[in-house]
Amino acid sequence: MDAHTKDIENLHNPVLKLCHGVGHALLSFFQKAGQLFFFIGRAIYHSFTPPFFPAQLWRQLVDIGYYSLPVVGMTALFTGMVLALQSYTGFTRFNAESAVAGVVVLSVTRELAPVLAGLMVAGRVGASIAAEIGTMRVTEQIDALTTLSVNPFKYLIAPRLIAATLTLPILVFIGDIIGVYGGYIVSIYNLGFSPGSYLSQTWDVVENMDVISGLIKAGVFGFIVAMMGCYHGFNSGRGAQGVGAATTNAVVSSSILILIFNYLLTQVFFS
Amino acid sequence: MSKQAAPKIELSGIKKSFGNNHVLNGVDLVVPEGKSMVIIGGSGTGKSVMLKCILGLLDPDAGSIKIDGNEIVGLSPQDRDELMRKFGMLFQGGALFDSLKIWENVAFGLIQGRSMDRVEAREIAIKKIKAVGLREDVANLHPAELSGGMQKRVGLARAVAASPEIIFFDEPTTGLDPIMADVINKLIVEQVREIGATGLSITHDMGSVRTIADYVAMIHDGKIVWTGPVEELDNSGNEYVEQFIHGRAEGPITRRVA
Repeated sequence: MDAHTKDIENLHNPVLKLCHGVGHALLSFFQKAGQLFFFIGRAIYHSFTPPFFPAQLWRQLVDIGYYSLPVVGMTALFTGMVLALQSYTGFTRFNAESAVAGVVVLSVTRELAPVLAGLMVAGRVGASIAAEIGTMRVTEQIDALTTLSVNPFKYLIAPRLIAATLTLPILVFIGDIIGVYGGYIVSIYNLGFSPGSYLSQTWDVVENMDVISGLIKAGVFGFIVAMMGCYHGFNSGRGAQGVGAATTNAVVSSSILILIFNYLLTQVFFS
Repeated sequence: MSKQAAPKIELSGIKKSFGNNHVLNGVDLVVPEGKSMVIIGGSGTGKSVMLKCILGLLDPDAGSIKIDGNEIVGLSPQDRDELMRKFGMLFQGGALFDSLKIWENVAFGLIQGRSMDRVEAREIAIKKIKAVGLREDVANLHPAELSGGMQKRVGLARAVAASPEIIFFDEPTTGLDPIMADVINKLIVEQVREIGATGLSITHDMGSVRTIADYVAMIHDGKIVWTGPVEELDNSGNEYVEQFIHGRAEGPITRRVA
């Protein structure tokens, strides 16, 4: 590669240099993408083929699901509260205060609960998955698994992938309820709505599809977070710096993928 | 080829490169059954890469690796899993699972890899923990609570727990004081003899070599430059080996300075 690069430089031809640079970047992009898709394929394959490790799965369900509850709950609560406040200030200008309940419930169930929960879980869970698996890579614990006849995909990756994909919809469903309740509290105690009419307005507006679409999104986001955490951790570079970079990459890539897939899924569900 | 004649491990023409860096340039090596082969060589000469090729953690670019006379390069994942049951390995840094207790580490291959009952596996683990000179109450501690020497002992106990046919040792004495290093070397000999395994070690510690080796091979620039019984090590007549075992800066091995 080095000798090749030198040849190109010796040509002193800017066009050729440009082509070389672009080609090189393109090739390495396709190589990375191929590597990622191969990894995803293997991870899914090993999630569905025995042997399974139920104890590991249970640990991850608790770690990823149960311990993310406070973070997701707080996020949903304050999001619902601020939504009620903001939409009220907007809607009073048109004497349309009665729309507040509908705006809160639709925004929370369709968009805010899944996306914000996804992003919070990306920070909490994605980072810890990447750091843990990355450290295991660096300290040869993953190689040790292999020498002890245990497939690291089945033992490390499959439980995290399954746990995140299953628990995030549950988290988001709880977040939906808490978020709507946050809007309710502000509307009743701060903005002077009557409890009965607020709730009936909420029920009038919300449909099954609003909630279900949010839960499907949540499942996809959970998959993305665990997959990015595992991928970057598994391919972590050496030393503390390698693990640090893996953690950063896991959080950044899963956050961006969540936003991209949120758009794509919304397009599929509501157009 | 009769069963007895097939060597336990046989490498021929193994090549492995990373980009422009040709780490292994055709390694040929034969390890007879039940013997302990030690590979010596400086840092960065390809010792670890060779070990990882045999373990299947890396795929060689060319060449053949045979275990019991059967080719293992390009093995299917199922056959590879089956083959792994013959192997045990002591890692340089121990590579203990830090989320598990000591006895769970030692019993890991039995419980997870071979689906053994936990109670039964725990008994075997405790026996192995005692065999490497640790007290029984260590079993319920976590790896982070142990010293480096103790972690190496646990790593050894884990490597031999499932009575593998071949055990690999990656720099078993690195980072230990000379006394602890000797203790670990003696334990290795004792444990490998007890289960009748074939040993393949890589090291640059000459004390280790003289204690655990039946045969020695010297690797340099990705090739085996000398191999023979450990008794012939001092009269090898090979200038690479001479320079290495006496630790001289001058000789045919020159450090590549970037």
